[in-house]
Amino acid sequence: MYYGTRQILRDIGLEIRSGEVVALIGPNGAGKSTLIRSISGVVPVRAGNIEVNDTNITSLSSMERARQIAVVPQAVSMPPAFTVWETVLLGRTPYLNFLGQVSEKDEALARLALEQVDALHLIESRMDEVSGGEQQRVLLARALTQDTPILLMDEPTAHLDLRHQIDLLKLIKKQAREKDLTVLIALHDLNLASLFADRIAVVENGLLCVAGTPGETLTPEILSSVYHMQVHVIAHPETGAPLIAPGVS
Amino acid sequence: MIFMRRVPYLSSFTILLFAVLLSIAIGSVFISPAEIWNTLIGRGAEISTSILWKIRLPRTVLVILTGSALGISGASYQGLFRNPLADPFLIGVASGAGLGAVIAMSVQWPYSFWGLMAIPLAAFITALLTVFTVYTIARIGHTVPTTNLILAGVAVSSFATSLTSFLMLRSSDEMRRALGWLMGGSIQNGWTSILAILPFLLIGMSVLLVSGHALNLLQFGDDQAQQLGLNVTRTRATILIAASLVTAAAVSFSGIVGFVGLVVPHLMRMWVGADYRRLLPLSLISGASVLLFADVIARVVLAPQELPVGIVTALAGAPFFLWVLRRSKNQGYW
Repeated sequence: MYYGTRQILRDIGLEIRSGEVVALIGPNGAGKSTLIRSISGVVPVRAGNIEVNDTNITSLSSMERARQIAVVPQAVSMPPAFTVWETVLLGRTPYLNFLGQVSEKDEALARLALEQVDALHLIESRMDEVSGGEQQRVLLARALTQDTPILLMDEPTAHLDLRHQIDLLKLIKKQAREKDLTVLIALHDLNLASLFADRIAVVENGLLCVAGTPGETLTPEILSSVYHMQVHVIAHPETGAPLIAPGVS
Repeated sequence: MIFMRRVPYLSSFTILLFAVLLSIAIGSVFISPAEIWNTLIGRGAEISTSILWKIRLPRTVLVILTGSALGISGASYQGLFRNPLADPFLIGVASGAGLGAVIAMSVQWPYSFWGLMAIPLAAFITALLTVFTVYTIARIGHTVPTTNLILAGVAVSSFATSLTSFLMLRSSDEMRRALGWLMGGSIQNGWTSILAILPFLLIGMSVLLVSGHALNLLQFGDDQAQQLGLNVTRTRATILIAASLVTAAAVSFSGIVGFVGLVVPHLMRMWVGADYRRLLPLSLISGASVLLFADVIARVVLAPQELPVGIVTALAGAPFFLWVLRRSKNQGYW
């Protein structure tokens, strides 16, 4: 994959099954965001394929692609004057004509999505009046309204406090299971990746180094080599999942 | 609910109707509403018939077209640049279009429909060049910060205005009279100039009127708009061209009228919210009303002498602009 003239992503061979939550981890500049942006069609892919159910989606129009892939962006710089309801309805765009006229079915889907993320009570509020955690849930609702088999997220927990991080990821995992969605999340927080991802893909310098279960990927050896520092791995007291303790000595 | 949604349209139409009546009635000779009605159905006195059809009506229609063009293009530029201070005047497009219009005028084409058509066409080309230059200078990545936009607009606008003044000064006396036009005094050509800009306006406005949904998506940034299924590059180009087409048509025979494109979409946004599907048609209707009122004021303040309408809009618009600037800074808006 190229961005400008520089090749920044190479040999990303990753297969994701439906109903699966895969976390994308790696140091800053490793290519996590670029991968998310290329799959969603914002950054052109010059070589290589992204296939959904054996169909190459790199040649699809933006509208066709938006019926396959929804993206939950970080809730930063939201236009202030839109209401939650207007924002969520925009998720129906790939199914609407250019005038954006919504039908009762579109409205029902938007309402359902707001209910699923527990944000139905915010429906009349403006986007700049709700909290960061609520904004993020509304953006998740918008992506669910898009009704796609694939959900991509770029650091959805970046601006949330601990409780909201956990709540959001629980919600995402529940949706993935219930709707059989394929979910790919770029995460900086390795512990969150460990607790919520079925599999973890580690990216370094634009290369996929390793992919596997949290137990297989979050090992002191792999993490030390990728992050160039000493890393300890301990077990979660409830589940035994690997937890990361960075070395400080 | 449906009724509630129509209230803004109904009230802006009512205001427009009132403004139209005022504009037709007021002037050196007052024509009462009853007389207007009689004249329209062909039973008026000869003198008022002549004033109405040859002076008042063409002027009113030209002002309606200009005002609605400025209103809708202002709203479109604001949405396109994601910046509440974008306005055809402030970002320099109007001055760019003015330059094109003056170039076309100095060629002195025959005073016919096709000769007049050359003016908006040339204005359109220079308007596009201007907006492209300003955008290229002002943008950082995908965003256009307010300060950059205004500074680039001022610089490019001054450049275009200097060229325009130069062209005017070295040309004939007739051209010098156009100086008044440039300050926003309409050229009185009767119905011909209206016919000459009508095709440009119809095409541009139709495109803009159906762009509401796309502009809504663009408010979330190019990435999100693309991910929601919008072809961002194509849409941006289409809206930019349509808005410049409309601005050029407005400038061609009404000169550079500032601040209408800034004030009107703002007032509408405060009234009905951010949805561009309503903002665009309402800015179109109310742009016409606002400019009609300004034009009436321009006609009566120094009567029988006329003030260029651009002076009136600037006197009212500039303080409003400063207020918006202050407000957007305080709120970290957009």
